[in-house]
Order: sequence, then C-alpha cells, then structure tokens
Amino acid sequence: MTAPRKDGLLLEVVDLAKHYKVNSGLVFSRAAGTVKAVDGVSFQLKRGETLALVGESGCGKSTTARLVLRLIEPSAGQVWFEGRDITTLGGSELRAMRRRMQIVFQDPFASLNPRMTVGAILEEPLKVHGIGDAAARTQRVEELLGLVGLAPYHAKRYPHEFSGGQRQRIGIARALAVEPDLVVCDEPVSALDVSIQAQVVNLLKDLQARLGLSYLFIAHDLAVVKHMADRVAVMYLGRIVEIGPKDAVFATPRHPYTRTLLSAIPRPDPHRETARQIPGGDVPSPMNPPSGCHFHTRCAFASELCRTQTPALRPTDDHGHMAACHHFETLPDVVVEHDRTQAPAAAKRLALYAERRARGPASAG
Amino acid sequence: MNDLLSIEDLRTVFRTPAGEISAVAGVSLSVPRGKTLGIVGESGCGKSVLSLSTMRLVPPPGRVAGGRIMFDGQDLLTLPDADMRALRGRRIAMIFQEPMTSLNPVFTVGDQITEAMRAHDRDASDLVLKARAIAALNRVRIPAPERRFDEYPHQMSGGMRQRVMIAMALSCEPDLLIADEPTTALDVTVQAQILDLLRDLQQQTGMAIILITHDLGVVAEMADEVAVMYAGRVVERATAKAIFDDPQHPYTLGLLGSIPKLDEEHDRLLAIEGAVPPPFALPTGCRFHPRCVFADAACKVTDPTLHTIGEAHQVACLRAPVESIVDAAA
Repeated sequence: MTAPRKDGLLLEVVDLAKHYKVNSGLVFSRAAGTVKAVDGVSFQLKRGETLALVGESGCGKSTTARLVLRLIEPSAGQVWFEGRDITTLGGSELRAMRRRMQIVFQDPFASLNPRMTVGAILEEPLKVHGIGDAAARTQRVEELLGLVGLAPYHAKRYPHEFSGGQRQRIGIARALAVEPDLVVCDEPVSALDVSIQAQVVNLLKDLQARLGLSYLFIAHDLAVVKHMADRVAVMYLGRIVEIGPKDAVFATPRHPYTRTLLSAIPRPDPHRETARQIPGGDVPSPMNPPSGCHFHTRCAFASELCRTQTPALRPTDDHGHMAACHHFETLPDVVVEHDRTQAPAAAKRLALYAERRARGPASAG
Repeated sequence: MNDLLSIEDLRTVFRTPAGEISAVAGVSLSVPRGKTLGIVGESGCGKSVLSLSTMRLVPPPGRVAGGRIMFDGQDLLTLPDADMRALRGRRIAMIFQEPMTSLNPVFTVGDQITEAMRAHDRDASDLVLKARAIAALNRVRIPAPERRFDEYPHQMSGGMRQRVMIAMALSCEPDLLIADEPTTALDVTVQAQILDLLRDLQQQTGMAIILITHDLGVVAEMADEVAVMYAGRVVERATAKAIFDDPQHPYTLGLLGSIPKLDEEHDRLLAIEGAVPPPFALPTGCRFHPRCVFADAACKVTDPTLHTIGEAHQVACLRAPVESIVDAAA
C-alpha cells in the first residue's frame, strides 16, 4: 500500500468509522440498529503539534482516540502513522508501533493499579517493550519522576498515597516511559480541581516543548483547549463539523454548533450580560441521529437542504479552516465576545502573584 | 435583618480513628431573600459538608459541633426533628451533582415527584398531585411532561434528569434552594440551559439559592455574593463583582489565575502550588500559608480571622491587600 506521506506529518486519519450493532431483547436477541459512534472522521497531526478533539458526551471523541491507538478495531478507514497504516498491522509489528503512541487517561484513580508501587507502574512499559536492564530501568523511573515534578522516593509508594494531581503526573510519566512520539490525552484534566488542572496543563505544555511530543488532546472544556491546542476539531454525533487552526476556530467559528458551544461557556466575568443562543433539547441519540446534517434539529439556521443532505467538510479559507455546513457563507457574522479587560486592582494583584510565583523556589507547577 | 439564612460560626466535625477532624471550622455566611450566594472552593474545602449541615443531614460519624443556623428567625440546630423534617424539602430544598444517582431507578419519575409532594401534603388526592407534578415538569421545560411522567430515569438524558431533580426540589416552592454542583456532570450546552432555567425560576418565585461550585465561570454568571472557602474556612466574602474586580486573598488570586481564559493568550497558567491539605494534617497559622506566595513568618503562626476591609467585603489574610507588602518592602 502506498502511504500518503507528507513532510512533518506524524498521523493521518482517513475516513475512520466505528459502528456498533445494538441488539434488543434478552432471550431472543435481535439486531435493533447501529450506533455510528464515529462516522467518517479524517484529520492530520503534524510533529510537535496539538490537535484538540472537542465535543459533548456521545460525540465520538474518545472512540476516535481509541481507534487511533487501535485499542478498538475500526469498522472502516485507515490510520496512517508515519506513513504506515496501523489498521493492517498485526502482532509484533503492532506492539512495536504501540511504543510510539501512548495514552493518558481521564481518571487518575481508575487508571493506576492500586497493588503496584509507582516504580513498578512506571517500569512496566519498559519491561513490556524490553528496554534496558534492571539497573537502567530503575534509573529511568527516577528520571521520569523528575520529569513530571515528583521525587525519586515516590517510586516506593502506592497510588492511594497520592492526590489526584500527583496521580495524573504518574499517568503522564507512564505514558512517557517508552519515549513516544504521539500522546493521546483523553480528558487529562477534567477530573481535577481548578488549581491542579492548571498545574497539569502547564506540565503537559512544558513536556511538549522539551520532548517535541505531538498531542491528540480530547476535551470538552473549550477554555482548556484554547490554552493547549494548535488546531481544533469540533465533533458532533460521530462527525467532525469544524476543524481548523485554533485562532480561526475561536475567532470566526463557521459552524452553528461551534458557535453554540462557544456561547454556552460560562465566563469568569460577573459584568457580562448573558445573551446567548442555546439550542433547546439535548444531543440526539446516536442510535437514531437526525437525517442530513445531524445538527439541524437544534440549529437556528436549518433549511430544507439541511434536513435531507449531509454537508461535507468544505474549506472556508486557504489556511485549513473547514466547516461542514451548507450555509456557512451566508450565516450572520459572529459577535465575538471579548472578556472585559480586568479591573486594575485585580490585574495589579495577579501580576504581583505571577511575579512572586516566578521567583518562588518551587517549580513543580 | 433581611437575611433568609444566616450561618454563624458553624463547626462540623467528623470523628475518625485519628481523632476529631473539623470539616467546617467556624464558618459564618448569610443569604438574603431572592439572592444567590455562590460558594467556591476545591474538593475537600468543606463546601458540601456545609450544605449538608444546613439541611441537618450530616452523615455519622460527622456532627455539627457548634454555631447557629438561623433560617427565617429560627435556629435550625435547636429545632425538634419533626419540625426540621417538615421544613426540609418544603422550605429548604436541595439538588445534587449526580442526577443519575439521586433518582431511584426502579420508580417512574412521576412516582418520585408525587412522593416528595405527598410527604408535605397528606390530604391531596392522587389526581391533584399528578396534575401538580406535571405542572412542575412543565415549569422546568421538559417537553411532553404527560408522557415523561410515566417514564423511568434511565429513559432520560442527564440534562433531563437534572430537570426532574429541579422540578422535584421546587415542587413545594421552597424559600431556599441549595444546589451542590448542579451542572458539573452535564455537557456545556446543557449546563447553560440549566443555569438559565434556575435564573428564570428564581425570578418567578423569589427563592434564595446557595450555589456550590468549583467553576468560577458559573459563579460569575449566577451569584450575587460569593464566599471562597479553603480547608473548612471562608477566606474571602464579597459581592461577585468585587471577587473578580478586587480579589484580596492570595487563594482567590490563585483560583483566578488558574482558569484559562477564552480570549487571552497566556504561555503558562498561574497555578497554585501543592494541594489542599488533608483535614487531619492542617498547617499551623494560616491554613493556606504553605501554598501562598506572599506568606511570611507571621502567617506560619497567626491564624487570620475574617475581617472587613470594605463595604460587604471580608478577607482572612494578614497580608491583604498584597500590594501593601510590596510597597512596604520597596
């Protein structure tokens, strides 16, 4: 098979799909339908880049992440990693490829084995991939702990002795143990407290700068995504509805769903007048998605065309910003909300805070 | 006194093998009628125990060890159990974070709403209660409430279930609604719907709301007044505008610095170092000092009390306002 190889490209996903058959009835079970969890998703990821997949629950973002790692088998489509289609790899080849792509899970409580010490948890991927001898591995564990802001003595402890933020650092260290090129971060901060979230987000950014990692960053929090990502793909019911450079997507969102998401976020500004257009209803069931454009049932701009024809992703400019909407050319301009500039007292104190922090001895954050 | 609820020096302790720990350590708060008080803090700061204490629902081995909870002129802590039961749900209602676990999966939604109504109105007929329940579902904007009345919780989405919880909580027209992270488990568009709904219902009924959350965005949208809690204490109290425009406590500053903003570019977020201390290993002096960038020797020994620094603005910090120490050093 020929590879669609382009310079600097690490990952290319082409028409990826995952359909689940749904049965009903306990005794005489029969096929009741198909859930198209992921329905023809394509995107590219360059080296050192962060692509964020955002969307609400059930939009297929986590399924996409697992398909990319081939933790589940796709129903259709290809995943090209450095020019090789990993959906056709088998056995040892696939295992070798897994060394290059790792995952950080959402729940730092469930994703670490409570019976293993942190040292054993970090050493396990090294053993699996046959890296180094015992002494080298112990040294590597120490290095990894240092990398994520933990101390060498932490290797002897068990996961329950750590806080949520520290556990997520361990999860990150485990993913980095085998020196991957791609790290899939599946909602890595959404289970953490705000102040801890910020520490972990900072850590992920630092590690990316130091190690040249590429992130596929799954999240539902658009503010975190704005902070982390270079490019953003917005998903709705198994399809990408908008994709593009972060600044373009946030400043000139083209798809009505992206606009909805952006206006729904509560802003930390009590002076803001909330005048938003929130569509009624919930995300429809993926069992029985609406015809045509999946969003038409909640869209203020929907026309007859939207009810019957599925819109394709079309470029909106020459810089890779694409949207899957029949009407994006004729939608009214978005009123981009600007947060009010910070009050002088708050700005001054936050600057002082930043200055003190930069000076402070601790740098684990 | 125009306050519907005023909590004075409330202490709630839990007995553990390691000794008694105080989850709420001397908290004073008040909520005026028709207003929303936002309580902000991270996990373990005592905000949920505070709300359970107000409902007198602290589970053993916890107990309220001191203070007063004045609700509409009577102290809830000295109220006989029967009177408290009559008041709970009727005049003070509560909604929780998890709409999946707060509803009983084996009863229909209608059964559960009418059960709550029945508890406070023994004489009404089933038909009257059903009509009232359907009206309640209608009020929280559930489409086709007559059909939903006979459905089970699993047939509904998360947002729909949270609406049912709100309908149930509001079915007796309470004076005070305590909402403990009501939108945390919901998607962002659904969260926006629920917040809009709560705001509208507050305007219609004039109820007061205590909104417990860790999300400063939600607080900014909903709250009139804000209390920031840390390790069982209120460290800052002010109007919502003052919390964002004139934040005083270093912990408040840290929280504000930790949230990524949508329209600002930062290279790094101003995270707060370390984590909330466990309640059995609280530091001496100011409980925030090990994580505070402004702390000095005095903070390690002196426990700051909440003092007034401006109109309706109180802070518990020896160093506030933080610019004064920098000016003094210069």
